[in-house]
Amino acid sequence: MPSPFILDRSSVTQVMAWVLAALLPGIATYVWLFGPGILITLSLATVTALASEAAMLKARGYPVRPFLTDLSAIVTAWLLALSLPSLAPWWLIVTGTLFAIVVAKHLYGGLGQNIFNPAMVGYAVLIVSFPVQMTQWAGPHELTAAPLTLAQSAAVIFGGDVPRATLDAVTMATPLDALRTGLLQQLTIDEVMTHPIFGHYGGVGFEWLAGAFLLGGLLLWALRIIGWQVPLAFLAGIWLTAGFLNFFDAGRFGPPWFHLFAPSVMLGAFFIATDPVSGATTPRGKLVFGLGAGFLTMAIRTWGGFPDGVAFAILLMNLCVPLIDQYTQPRIYGGAGKEPRT
Amino acid sequence: MSRELHRFKGGVHPPEHKAESTSRPIHAAPLPKELVIPLRQHIGNPARPVVEIGARVLKGQMIAAADGYISAAVHASSSGTVTAIGLQPVPHISGLPDLCVTIETDGRDEWVVHAPLDYQAMEPSQLRMQLRDLGLAGLGGAVFPSAVKLDPGASRACPTLIINGGECEPWITCDDLLMRTHAGEILQGAAIMRHLLGSTTVLVGIEDNKPEAVAAMQAAAAGMDFAVEIVVVPARYPGGGAKQMIQVLTGQEVPSGKLPTDIGIQVFNVGTAYALARAVRHGEPLISRLVTVTGHVLRPQNFEVLIGTPMHTLITLAGERDGTTGVLMGGPMMGVPVPDLNVPVVKATNCILVKSAALFPPLPKALPCIRCTRCADACPAELQPQELFRFARAGDFGRAQEYHLFDCIECGCCSYVCPSHIPLVDFYRYAKSEIWAREKDKRAADLARERHEFRQFRQEREKREKAEKLAVKAQAARTHAALDQAQRAELAAAPAAEVTAVSDADARKALIAAALARAQAKKPDAAPRNVDQLTPEQLRQIEEIETRRAKIRELVRKPLESEQKNP
Repeated sequence: MPSPFILDRSSVTQVMAWVLAALLPGIATYVWLFGPGILITLSLATVTALASEAAMLKARGYPVRPFLTDLSAIVTAWLLALSLPSLAPWWLIVTGTLFAIVVAKHLYGGLGQNIFNPAMVGYAVLIVSFPVQMTQWAGPHELTAAPLTLAQSAAVIFGGDVPRATLDAVTMATPLDALRTGLLQQLTIDEVMTHPIFGHYGGVGFEWLAGAFLLGGLLLWALRIIGWQVPLAFLAGIWLTAGFLNFFDAGRFGPPWFHLFAPSVMLGAFFIATDPVSGATTPRGKLVFGLGAGFLTMAIRTWGGFPDGVAFAILLMNLCVPLIDQYTQPRIYGGAGKEPRT
Repeated sequence: MSRELHRFKGGVHPPEHKAESTSRPIHAAPLPKELVIPLRQHIGNPARPVVEIGARVLKGQMIAAADGYISAAVHASSSGTVTAIGLQPVPHISGLPDLCVTIETDGRDEWVVHAPLDYQAMEPSQLRMQLRDLGLAGLGGAVFPSAVKLDPGASRACPTLIINGGECEPWITCDDLLMRTHAGEILQGAAIMRHLLGSTTVLVGIEDNKPEAVAAMQAAAAGMDFAVEIVVVPARYPGGGAKQMIQVLTGQEVPSGKLPTDIGIQVFNVGTAYALARAVRHGEPLISRLVTVTGHVLRPQNFEVLIGTPMHTLITLAGERDGTTGVLMGGPMMGVPVPDLNVPVVKATNCILVKSAALFPPLPKALPCIRCTRCADACPAELQPQELFRFARAGDFGRAQEYHLFDCIECGCCSYVCPSHIPLVDFYRYAKSEIWAREKDKRAADLARERHEFRQFRQEREKREKAEKLAVKAQAARTHAALDQAQRAELAAAPAAEVTAVSDADARKALIAAALARAQAKKPDAAPRNVDQLTPEQLRQIEEIETRRAKIRELVRKPLESEQKNP
């Protein structure tokens, strides 16, 4: 066997394990703010992902063990679970995860071959197909009744007999939903912001969750699991677009800090847009990818049909990756730095 | 010592494993019973044997002469008798045997007459010829003939000379030990290089993991009659690569596809400088070198080894251990596996690295690429290895070339960091060899096409010529018939003779004029050809050219290798 004969100790499993570890602060904050229901969602998504991953590997004639233990399926499952409403019914979780693993990942060729981020494909399918169920968010405990216990959450998720009143006492519109609804009612931003859901920067509670995802993301950056280009460019894309709109008409467009401190943005910037498989690979390409995703997120939030646009923005940028990579090829050692021809 | 250092992009820092073999002093390996000396130990044409089987040779005697400009001579490493000239296993990545001269040593180690060269008095070109005949080649691993590198070219000078003591590969310490023990001679070698290249700046780059070598070189530098700067550079693989060393020391990049001399820099390994000093100051050809024997052996250390010594004797000397899983020539990043331990130590052998399962665990199975671009971060050539891998695997070699495949130096950094454990360098080697093969095929196809077109042209010309000849013949026949008829008509129409006489005379005049014109036109042909007044010298030249052309025609007519395979 030819050189080299030694390897660094890194592995795909190690990379994925660190991504999962970096999600833990966010998950802990989630449980604190919205109750332990998310743990059920995470577990259900994990089991579904592993089972469908194993089945697909078998069907495609691939060895199951090395691919199942690479943990990539669990990363997909967790990212999808954290994007879903905290009281989403079980079949919604299973459908989304199945679609992510079976269609978005394996039908495109499995690990390393998928053009689109599998978790975001799962999310997009659900929000397009089941918009009502995708709004069943529990409110933060500061604003609602005591959060549901594990048993109550299980009952909601698995369709048990839960009194409507109990459910109504804990569910609430998300800050982005509230903003959207308010603006549709021709309210100004200042009037919308009087809603109790709005906190210091983002929504009450939601801003803490965003902070926890940011913390995990910074850990990944410090460990060199992810580069700085995509997250920074993504956040900059959001901040600049939101700031531009807000500067020209503060009555109709929310303040940039509000848009930045959404959990979806931090999760998207550090955990989803940084997915290496479906993202750009060149240093300049990563900046373009991040900026584009940030801008599109704001465009969808402002003019689109959905309250949030992170998933669609990232999927649209996934689509542009081959083009971005081709036109951002870096200069090589001793080279004139010309881009390769088509 | 205040030189501002620069950084090369990428690189890795694997565990160094240098301490294992630096604690013991250099030992001279004993004279083996048999020396197997390959004739191709350098880049370029293999040397041509100049001894015959049965001949007695002395230590340092030339046994094969350099063949052409990019070549180097090969010498007997000890005295004895030539017992064979033939194919033998050699340490080469291809695993193919190569032409070697086998010498049965007589134990007397008797030197051939040799004398120092007065390099300052010699014509530079003459000195370079001498160095080629003394078998000098780069000892850093590439074994490029040193005489060629010591030619600054007609118009160019080489203001900066870099002596490379980087030795960035893990496990290898022969350059370190050489610098510790022979610092003065290394710098004497540098003095000769400086003389030949016209260099004004002499830099010695040494990685910071060799403090003893740095101290020894600094002490030696203080005693030289020219300025030498010993520069300590951070240890980072492949910092000992020529391009990387140049970038760290000068901040300059060697343009893609160009040579360091194109930017006025030349780089030599410390071992080459030492060998050059021995060659010039003692007249000794390159017949031995330092070799690190390390890894899974009892006493890892450096040996002074005669070229041609079988590798297994060195492993025995260092103490063979159970559980050996293989042997590498070179380091773990760029080394070559040695399948047969009877292969000889050659000029390129800097290290014999014995593997064990504990030191070199089997590489895990590869997973698909996840495009994490760690390879791109580690690539010192600043390429996009993940894209090259994609193109190479898909067989899209054109794209691989557009993405600068041939700027890859095969240092192995990408494979080293890959979390999917993909043997990336293998894919690049494969793609490069495929491209070379295709270019060869293309050249053959071009030649075949040209031949085909020429054949068609020739056939058409022959057809045309035939047709012309036929036409001429037919014309002649027609004229003849016409004349006959005319004569007959003349006889029949005697009364009309008077009238026709005038026109007849006119016709005759015209005929004569036409004949004259034809003769005039033919004159150049009829005149003596320019070959008639040639000197014998010119005639010989023409004959030579004709023979060459005949040979070429012969070659072109022969079926090509590729055609033979696919009839």
